[in-house]
Amino acid sequence: MPVHPLTIQNMTVAYEKKPVLRDISFQVPEGKLIGIVGPNGAGKSTLIKAALELIPKLSGDAAIYGKPYAEQRKLVGYVPQRESVDWDFPTNALDVVAMGRYGHLGWFKRPGGVEKKLAMACLAKVGMSEFAGRQISQLSGGQQQRIFLARALAQDAKLYFMDEPFVGVDAATEKAIITLLNELKMQGKTVLVVHHDLATVQEYFDWLMLLNVELIAFGPTEQTFTADKLQQAYGGKLTMLDRDGQSALITSGR
Amino acid sequence: MSTLWIILTGALVASTCGIVGCFLVLRRMAMIGDAISHSVLPGIVIAFLISGSRDSLFMLLGAAVLGLVTVFLIQLFHQSGVQSDASIGVVFTALFAVGVVLVSMYTKHIDLDLDCVLYGEIAYVPWNTIQLAGIDIGPKAVWGVGLALLLTILLISVFYKQFKLCSFDPALAAAVGIPVALFHYLLMGLVSVSTVASFESVGAILVVGMLVVPPAAAYLLTERLSRMIVYSVVIGCFSSVLGYYAAHLLDASIAGCMISVAGVIFLLALLFSPGHGIVFRKWNRRQQLSS
Repeated sequence: MPVHPLTIQNMTVAYEKKPVLRDISFQVPEGKLIGIVGPNGAGKSTLIKAALELIPKLSGDAAIYGKPYAEQRKLVGYVPQRESVDWDFPTNALDVVAMGRYGHLGWFKRPGGVEKKLAMACLAKVGMSEFAGRQISQLSGGQQQRIFLARALAQDAKLYFMDEPFVGVDAATEKAIITLLNELKMQGKTVLVVHHDLATVQEYFDWLMLLNVELIAFGPTEQTFTADKLQQAYGGKLTMLDRDGQSALITSGR
Repeated sequence: MSTLWIILTGALVASTCGIVGCFLVLRRMAMIGDAISHSVLPGIVIAFLISGSRDSLFMLLGAAVLGLVTVFLIQLFHQSGVQSDASIGVVFTALFAVGVVLVSMYTKHIDLDLDCVLYGEIAYVPWNTIQLAGIDIGPKAVWGVGLALLLTILLISVFYKQFKLCSFDPALAAAVGIPVALFHYLLMGLVSVSTVASFESVGAILVVGMLVVPPAAAYLLTERLSRMIVYSVVIGCFSSVLGYYAAHLLDASIAGCMISVAGVIFLLALLFSPGHGIVFRKWNRRQQLSS
């Protein structure tokens, strides 16, 4: 039996007694591009952070390729939300990408020529080579997101977690990112993406997770992206969804 | 000779504070040095009560411990939902008050001069020397601050990549297995040690000023962290030299002049820095408009 990239069992996470995720269990299949959607406050980011042990779990277990995360860090790449860092920090694009290697360097080794070369290659993959020396505050939102993606590539992982990589980016960047994610999938890597735009779900992801504190549905997109399951996940907020997501829902019916 | 000692002490303080100050400014924790310089008072008094001596080593230890307690409490309050500036304010004023109470209760009849403990004067540095095997080996302050500087340089250069990543993106740092909390307290420990080592001999104003002003000026002048640290040290040292001679000329407070010079340099950086300067940006905008 193959080992799953990510297995979550009976996981509950709470902020000050209020559960943000309740009794979540699922297994992620290898080599899939997986979207995580749900209304605001559904615990999408929390799910990623708890799986990466960035925040404590109340109960339950998370395993990366069958072992605790602490033993498998090098197999995992992480793209935090773009707003989570201070883009006025005195550093340039190349340097940020090289930070993806810090975990592999251990306690005392310094980043050097090898890391620089690898970071350049990753910048090239996201089409940002010419911005290598640019101070990061002088990049547009889309370019900053590409830098974050390049940094995750530099982590050279097998399982990727991306928190809202499409927020505040231009159409060209969105397209570039999704192309890159599909390339990762082709290489047999597994990518989990927190997403908010229901209109593009079917186009982008082959698996989908519907989340609203509890796990509503998890499976291949054609089975999960249905009107009643979305209704279940979004509840009363679906009225707005009907208007915005009509085309998407209609196509799913065809 | 005394001129050299005073300038050297000023430069050592400037270098130590300039290095750790860069990380404080980038983490938006610039006022933590100010907090530590006040909240160590109960530590100094307790160390004095336990040891019964005014030997500065004990006081230094007591102060360093309280410095870490301060940082720990600020962190604790912040995590329980108090705003970070409010938690800094609450912790250091409360601890300082406890210190004042302890002084008034237990040390009334002993000469534990607060002005001396908290607000040392850099002008007296050359006369407070230490002896080793009967030989005068120079001012105590130079040795104390020099050791703090060595420790700072050693730790920051060995763990530079960790300190950098923890300041820029703590979430990624934690995800790749860097113990973020450890490096946070290591940095705060360094701030605590350099603050305590410095202010006993040179005064709190010089320490707090050197922690914030040169790093803030350096931040405006460069877009690389490594250069920011170097610029910060250079600006600090330059301010000590110039400040000393300004004080000599004006017959004024040496520490005050040193920080005033640093303040003037900051103002110049704010106005004329090529990247961030107000003047340059205005000029740039006008150029863009006309073209």
